[in-house]
Amino acid sequence: MQTGRKYTGRLFTLEIVTALVALLFLAPFYFVIGNSFKSIGEIVKDSASLPTAWRFVNFTRAWEILNFPAAFSNTFIVTALGTIGLSLITSMAAYRIIRFPTRFNKAVFAIFIAAMVIPFQSVMLPLVKVLGTVGIINTLPGLIICYFGLGTAFSTFLYSGFIKSLPREIEESAVVDGCSPYGVFWRIVFPLLKPMTVTTLLLNCMWLWNDFLLPLIVIHNPGLRTIQLAVYTLFGEFVKQWDLGLAALVMSMTPIIIFFLLLQRYVIEGISAGAVKG
Amino acid sequence: MKRTLQSGWMQQVVFLGPAITAFSLIILIPFFMSIYYSMVQWDGVSSRIEWVGFDNFRAIFANDRDFANSFLFTLKITVAIVALTNLLGFSLAFILTQGLKLRNAMRTVFFIPNVLGGLLLGFIWQFIFVNSFETIGKATNIGFFALSWLGTEATAFWGIVIVSVWQLSGYVMIIYIAGLINVPNDLKEAARIDGAKSWQLLRHVTLPLVMPAITVCLFWSTSWAFKIFDVNFSLTAGGPFKSTESVAMNIYFEAFEYNRFGLGTAKALIFFVVVALITSLQVYLTKRREVEM
Repeated sequence: MQTGRKYTGRLFTLEIVTALVALLFLAPFYFVIGNSFKSIGEIVKDSASLPTAWRFVNFTRAWEILNFPAAFSNTFIVTALGTIGLSLITSMAAYRIIRFPTRFNKAVFAIFIAAMVIPFQSVMLPLVKVLGTVGIINTLPGLIICYFGLGTAFSTFLYSGFIKSLPREIEESAVVDGCSPYGVFWRIVFPLLKPMTVTTLLLNCMWLWNDFLLPLIVIHNPGLRTIQLAVYTLFGEFVKQWDLGLAALVMSMTPIIIFFLLLQRYVIEGISAGAVKG
Repeated sequence: MKRTLQSGWMQQVVFLGPAITAFSLIILIPFFMSIYYSMVQWDGVSSRIEWVGFDNFRAIFANDRDFANSFLFTLKITVAIVALTNLLGFSLAFILTQGLKLRNAMRTVFFIPNVLGGLLLGFIWQFIFVNSFETIGKATNIGFFALSWLGTEATAFWGIVIVSVWQLSGYVMIIYIAGLINVPNDLKEAARIDGAKSWQLLRHVTLPLVMPAITVCLFWSTSWAFKIFDVNFSLTAGGPFKSTESVAMNIYFEAFEYNRFGLGTAKALIFFVVVALITSLQVYLTKRREVEM
């Protein structure tokens, strides 16, 4: 960020005003968290005050109705395997495309890029049929494979830009030293890709964790619900029961917010890097 | 064995195979299938599939008021969301690059809404609009808070805009910050010495140089807003009276609620054509205005 300028009175005013805007940005969280500890009567009476007592009964009820342990582990499995798998298959694909730019590989890359304009809604109906035919609809592996397909284009694109900037000499000397093509990739290239791997992992993580429409059409078995699906179902069954709903919301947003706060430096760097390349 | 594994063909399969397989199975095949399905009449379940040619498209263009309305709604809300998100995001980025002491903490705060999925945000704001606004309205007597936000068409529209801008502006802010930091200080100094006012500096030096970031943000927010689904699904469920039903929702309901699979696919195909046109046009237009460094 910029330095060297004096911290003037004008800047101080700007600081105060911006801080107020920041508080405004956080206000919805105040209402949601504050009211999640209240009974429904208290919420209706006055939703702006702080709770008078810490009632955890909303949370224990929401925990059971969401089947939170199962929803959390389903989301976690899909997100973890989906993002890691995506990084593996797309780094390999990008490496092959950039280092062996045959006509076929160039065409594959061009199709990936072109397909990025296809909105998910345009393929989702036949996709359900394809998954049914293959026999992986309504399964977590099916959901994960969907993310492989949907995320391939963008992640390959990110990796390819990065691989282009890597010097070829290291790989060539490894080949001279008797390293197999797979060894060159796993022992030399993949470690060098680490910054881009962090970026793709984090960007895909946020996407997969928060995705709703794909699980909605693929998963029907209540035991396989992701957090988003579980919250959606709860709101459908317990309409206007805000004591329960708010506790469910707080519970569902906590893991991803903690994840972000711990890794925010990398998330923000990743978005900047991904955007500049994009 | 080793020789086969080392052959160029095998390497091609190992390195590119998984990506191509997943991509074909999930995007390419469904995409081409959608061209076929758009010309049939089918409930999506039974074995009776009837070929109807272009009848689905004719039906959509001739007398599907709801689809036309959802398109209009989507266009309007895209314009509102893209304009306000980029205005707010750029302003925040501009302010946070002025040397504020709390800039890092505030950057985190502005980004936080983006960390959550649209579904959760919609439910959060449903509570804000219905309960918290009422409380604030009673306490302050400001008419803005006393409105029935999700009850009328106009306010529901702006309600969705508010939630979306709240969610997206932090994301574009990050990209704008990266762009603004890269504007060389000596260029700005030179312009200042030449007597440029701060507004002229912004308009004629900074803006042209952050044009790549603007391209990215416009592109990203347009395609996000045009595909809007989660936020209005949970916030308004398309109501009141289908007035906030986006194209994505219309397609979803057509196929999965009303079981008109062929018709839904035809709509999805029209949706694809429009999205592809808009995004290519936009990239073309904004790329033209970029300044090469």
